[in-house]
Amino acid sequence: MIQFSNVFKRYENGHEALQNVSFHLPSGDMTFLTGHSGAGKSTLLKLMMRMEVATRGSVVIDGQQLSRLKPHHVPFLRRKIGVVFQDHQLLFDRTVFDNVALPLVIEGMDPREIGRRVRAALDKVGLLSKEKLSPIMLSGGEQQRVGIARAVVNKPPILLADEPTGNLDPQLSAEIMQLFRQFNAVGVTVMIATHDLELVQRMARRVMVLKDGAMIHDAPFKPQAATGGEG
Amino acid sequence: MSRDDSRQSGGNPGGKTGGKGGASYSERWGRQQPTKKRAPVKRTKRREPEAEISSRRGGNAQISRVDAQERLSSWKRHHRQMAIDSFRRMLKSPVASLMTWLVIAIALALPTGLYLFLNNAQLVSSNWDGAAQMSVYLKASVNDERGRDLTQELKLRQDVADAHFISQAQALEEFRTFSGFGDALKYLDDNPLPAVIVVRPAAASLGTSAVALQEHLMNQLKAMSDVDEVQLDLAWVKRLYSIMALGERAVTALALLLGVAVLLVVGNTIRLAIESRRQEIVVVKLVGGTNAFVRRPFLYTGIWYGLGGGVLAWLLINLALIWLAGPVHALASAYASDFELLGLGFTDSVLLLLCSTLLGWLGAWLAVGRHLGAIEPQ
Ligand SMILES: Nc1ncnc2c1ncn2[C@@H]1O[C@H](COP(=O)(O)OP(=O)(O)OP(=O)(O)O)[C@@H](O)[C@H]1O
Ligand SMILES: [Mg+2]
Repeated sequence: MIQFSNVFKRYENGHEALQNVSFHLPSGDMTFLTGHSGAGKSTLLKLMMRMEVATRGSVVIDGQQLSRLKPHHVPFLRRKIGVVFQDHQLLFDRTVFDNVALPLVIEGMDPREIGRRVRAALDKVGLLSKEKLSPIMLSGGEQQRVGIARAVVNKPPILLADEPTGNLDPQLSAEIMQLFRQFNAVGVTVMIATHDLELVQRMARRVMVLKDGAMIHDAPFKPQAATGGEG
Repeated sequence: MSRDDSRQSGGNPGGKTGGKGGASYSERWGRQQPTKKRAPVKRTKRREPEAEISSRRGGNAQISRVDAQERLSSWKRHHRQMAIDSFRRMLKSPVASLMTWLVIAIALALPTGLYLFLNNAQLVSSNWDGAAQMSVYLKASVNDERGRDLTQELKLRQDVADAHFISQAQALEEFRTFSGFGDALKYLDDNPLPAVIVVRPAAASLGTSAVALQEHLMNQLKAMSDVDEVQLDLAWVKRLYSIMALGERAVTALALLLGVAVLLVVGNTIRLAIESRRQEIVVVKLVGGTNAFVRRPFLYTGIWYGLGGGVLAWLLINLALIWLAGPVHALASAYASDFELLGLGFTDSVLLLLCSTLLGWLGAWLAVGRHLGAIEPQ
C-alpha cells in the first residue's frame, strides 16, 4: 500500500529532512513512526500526501508513483488518505458537523447520506452532542477528535495521524488508540507518528524510528508484548 | 480509465483482513441500510447512490465510477450552493459590497451613457440629413414663369424628392413676416431677394452615401444656366459625421479602458476574498478538493459583483434618462420637433448585464488563477 524506496527530502533551505528512507507498509497494516522532534516524521507523512515532493527516490501509494502524479490527480490521492494533522487544520468559521462533512461535500455526496455518515463518525469519537458547536468552543483534545472524525468520515483506505494524542490525557489517548485499532481491524492501513513511546510499547505493533532523517530502526513486532490483546 | 484500475488493484482491504476483526467495514461503521419505510418511488431513486457507495467499500474512492447522473446532480448542487453561499457572503458586508457594485456600475455606466448619447445624436442628425434642403438661388434675369417650369423639371429628377418655388415677391413677404426687419424693407426701392427653388434631395438608397449623392446633385444644379448659386451646408454635415465617427472610437476606447478597470476592481476584491479565506482553501485542498471546487465560490463572487454592478449601471442610466427627458423635450419643442430620447432597449439592457457578468467572472477567474495556485498546504 505504501512503498518508500531510497527517499531523500531536502528542503529549500538545504536542510536534509529525510535521508535514504525505505520501507514497505502492506495494505491493512498498522505501524508507528517515532523519533525525536525534527527527525522528519511530519515530512514523511507530507510526502505521502504530496504536500511535499521527494528530492530523490520513489514514493508509491496504492500503486501510484507520486513523482509522476499530475497536479490534477493530487486531490484524488488525498481522498484516499485520511489525515489527522498535528495542528488539527479545522475551520473555525463553521460547525463541527460542517468540518467533518467537508471531505464528503468535496466528493459530491448526497446531503442525506452526508448527515448519516458524519453523525456516525462523530458518534465514534464521542462528539455527537457537539456537532452544532464551532471547533473554537472545544478543548484541544476535542478538536483533535473532530480531526479524527473528519479523517475517517469518507472511509479512506489509508489513515495517517501526526501526533494524534498530543493533547490528550492518558485515558483519552488510550481510547483514541483503540479507535485506530478498530479502523485497522476493518482493513484500513494505519500509520501513526508519535512521541509517546510508552503508548507505542503497549500497542504491540510495528515501530519505525527516525533519527535525523534516517530510518534507524524498523521492527515488525514487539516480541515481549501480547499480540492482538485488545482486538 | 487507468486510474480506476490501479485503485481496484488496491481495493477492498476489508476483505483481505477479514480474519482480524470479523465485522465488515460498513457494519463496524454503522452504515445504515437503505431505510425500508421510504416510499417506493423514492427508494428506486436512492438506490443508485447506495450502490455506488457500497462499490467504494474499503474507501477506495472510485469517483469515476459514480453514476454519471449522480455526478451531474452533485455538481449542480455544489454550483447552486456556492452561488447562494457567495451571494450571502456579499450581503454580510453590505457596505463594502455596495461600494464595489457602485464602482463597477459607474465604470459601466460611463461608456454605456456615451454610447446612448451617440445613438441619439445619430438619430437627430439622420433626421437633418434626410431633410437637408438645398436652396437654389435663381439669377435675377429669370422670371417667375421660367422659375416654375424649372421647379417642375427638377421635381422629375430621380435624385430629387421634392422641390418648390419661392418667387421674389414670396421671398420678400416671408422675410417681412419672419425676420422682424419688415420696416427696413420700406426704405429699399428694389426687391433685393432672389427667387429660390427649395430642393429636398432624395434619401440615399442603401449603401450609397447621402453626402456624395447630395454633392453630385449640387454640382449639376450649379451648372444650370438659370442658377446663380446653390447652398447646402455639406461641410457642416461632413464635419458632424466625422465628429461622430470620432465619438464612436472614443466610446470604444473608453469602454475598453473601463472594462479593464472593472476587471481590476473585481480582481482585487477577489484577491482580498481569497486572502481572507486562505485557511479554508488550505483545508479543502488537504482533504482532496479539486481546483475547480476551490475556485467555484470565488468565480460566483465575481459573477455576483459583475451582475450587481450591471444592474446598478442600468439603474443609473435610466435615472439619468428620466432626469434628462424634461429638458430634452423642451429643447425639441423649441425646434418644433417631437424628438424623444432613445433609451436602453431590451437588447441593449440584456447586453449590458451580460457584459458586466462576463467581466465579473473574468476578473475573478484571472485573480483566482494568479492567487489560488500560490496557496498550497505546507
Ligand atoms: N518547510 C520547511 N522548510 C525547511 N525546513 C523544514 C520545513 N519543514 C520542516 N523542516 C525541517 O525538517 C526537519 C524535519 O521536520 P519535521 O516536521 O518532519 O519533524 P518532526 O519529526 O515531525 O518533528 P516534531 O516531532 O517536532 O513534529 C526539521 O529540522 C525542520 O526544521
Ligand atoms: Mg511533526
